[in-house]
Amino acid sequence: MTGTMSKILGGREGAIGLAVLALLILVILPLSLDLFRLGLVGKYTTYAFVAVSLVLLWGNGGILSLGQGIFFGLGGYLMAMFLKLEASDPISTKIQTTPGIPDFMDWNQLTEIPLFWEPFNSLPLTILAILTIPALFAYIIGFAMFKRRVGGVYFAIITQAIALILSILIVGQQGYTGGVNGITDLKTMLGWDIRNDGAKYVLYYVNALLLIGSILLSRYILSSKFGMLLLAMRDKEERVRFSGYDVSNFKIFIFCVSALISAVGGAMFTLQVGFMSPSFVGIVPSIEMVIFAAVGGRMSLIGAVYGTLLVNFGKTMFSETYPELWLFLMGGLFIAVVMFFPNGLAGVWDKYAKRVGFIRRIMEGKGKADKTSADSNTQGAKA
Amino acid sequence: MSITDFVLAVEDLTVSFDGFKAVDKLTMYIDKNELRVVIGPNGAGKTTVLDLICGKTKSTSGSIKFKNQELTKLSEHEIVRAGVGRKFQTPSIYENLSVYQNLEVSYPKGRGVFGSLFFKQTAEVENRVREVAAEILLSDALDMEAALLSHGQKQWLEIGMLLMQDPELLMLDEPVAGMSAKERDQTADLLNRICKNRSVIVIEHDMEFVKKIAHKVTVLHQGKILAEGPMDKVQANEKVIEVYLGH
Repeated sequence: MTGTMSKILGGREGAIGLAVLALLILVILPLSLDLFRLGLVGKYTTYAFVAVSLVLLWGNGGILSLGQGIFFGLGGYLMAMFLKLEASDPISTKIQTTPGIPDFMDWNQLTEIPLFWEPFNSLPLTILAILTIPALFAYIIGFAMFKRRVGGVYFAIITQAIALILSILIVGQQGYTGGVNGITDLKTMLGWDIRNDGAKYVLYYVNALLLIGSILLSRYILSSKFGMLLLAMRDKEERVRFSGYDVSNFKIFIFCVSALISAVGGAMFTLQVGFMSPSFVGIVPSIEMVIFAAVGGRMSLIGAVYGTLLVNFGKTMFSETYPELWLFLMGGLFIAVVMFFPNGLAGVWDKYAKRVGFIRRIMEGKGKADKTSADSNTQGAKA
Repeated sequence: MSITDFVLAVEDLTVSFDGFKAVDKLTMYIDKNELRVVIGPNGAGKTTVLDLICGKTKSTSGSIKFKNQELTKLSEHEIVRAGVGRKFQTPSIYENLSVYQNLEVSYPKGRGVFGSLFFKQTAEVENRVREVAAEILLSDALDMEAALLSHGQKQWLEIGMLLMQDPELLMLDEPVAGMSAKERDQTADLLNRICKNRSVIVIEHDMEFVKKIAHKVTVLHQGKILAEGPMDKVQANEKVIEVYLGH
């Protein structure tokens, strides 16, 4: 392996961790679950993008954002706008007062498509928007906050407020956004029906590969000098500043990257689930996603994915049987993790599973601990 | 404002916090390769002076010139990049990183966002890390997590992190606080070595230590200079004995 490759894979241990995860979501789950359950996994893995972004931002950078739903939602809405325009052709909307515009616009007495919807007639422009608009929004928030050295709890509260504002805005501007119902009845992408079984498999795999791609991108960032500086900033921000670094630029950048990764998750959510609504933008989903990352282990990119999957399967199972108890259980889980396993599942794995002889031998490779994995441990368990 | 040969020229520097003048019309010049020790009772404004020079606190009036470049208008990281390094009173190191990484992070390349993303750990960086580690007596501890170092070693590590940047002016706030007698001697040697090609300002209370290192001593009292000169002259100064040295 070349230096860069080995960095991205996180040494032997990181590579094994990633391979196991890839095997699980690319092979084992698709083979063992029916399409309905697999669809759930697909949906949960879109949340995992946000959990991964929080490992970068919160776990490594020490910047707690309670508003990642903003970016997940933006990504999802941008994708939904494109799909909705395509679904609103004059023939299928001929019973409307104004055929050819999205149904909710017609209900709200709009007679033509608003100007800001126009770019979403084009898929390339939509993809470009998904990759830039949430990151740009994060840049504006980040610039306003970090240049003024707003951090810690204040930053968390402000991001939470912005998430709330955005969800209220979406609900309030029904004619432009679909209001509280969101954007629904999405059917095709460039004529390709996204609702049939084949499409669901394709989208599941695209989503899984994008998630693995996001993990690799994050690994690269964390293994570079930038990643070391993130940990240093989390630890002693002043020292980093007085070592000649403009700390705010680093925070803005990692916030933008986390927004981008979350937005990709949001867009994949819309494609797989077939709608987008304000309930994925506001405070509650934003906080849930922090819990996913905390349960998985906020320092571990792969742990965050497992945390997301486990909490969501728990949610599905319990809320099917005891819907009213779920929120209490989730709260209890969060408290338990914070109190007893501050490093989440990944911490438990590092502490206990690695004591088991054969796991240790596999992870370290024939009993000799290679240097790369020892390094990655000191950098804070990048696996 | 005057153009001087001094590395650092502080002129008429004043800072007031809600009317209280922590530093009052301070004028002080530091020569090239000079090791200056600043002493004075608690609340004399010693740390504030360092804060002002490194940009942590903004001055109310006056000027700070480093190699004839005005520092009061620059932000903290620009002052560092101009060549001023500052060690804080309590050891300020990255506890979660190894000693090696602490030094590596302080290497003055790849200081921008993208520079750091594509920063290469070249042999040059490694040599520099090992060289500095030898200087600060931590060659054997490179792989150790910095949190596990002793208090004295943490102080040395922070000095080493500054040396990585090769600053022309190094400011140390109580570098031997909490050190054993042996560590103090080693630190004195270290400071005498590293001031060979740079200027150093040290704040210190330990008079034995000050004697070992000081070229010149500045005594601060209530934000003003009370006396300045060689150690023996300052020690004999009656005003100094009255407010500080005498008990």
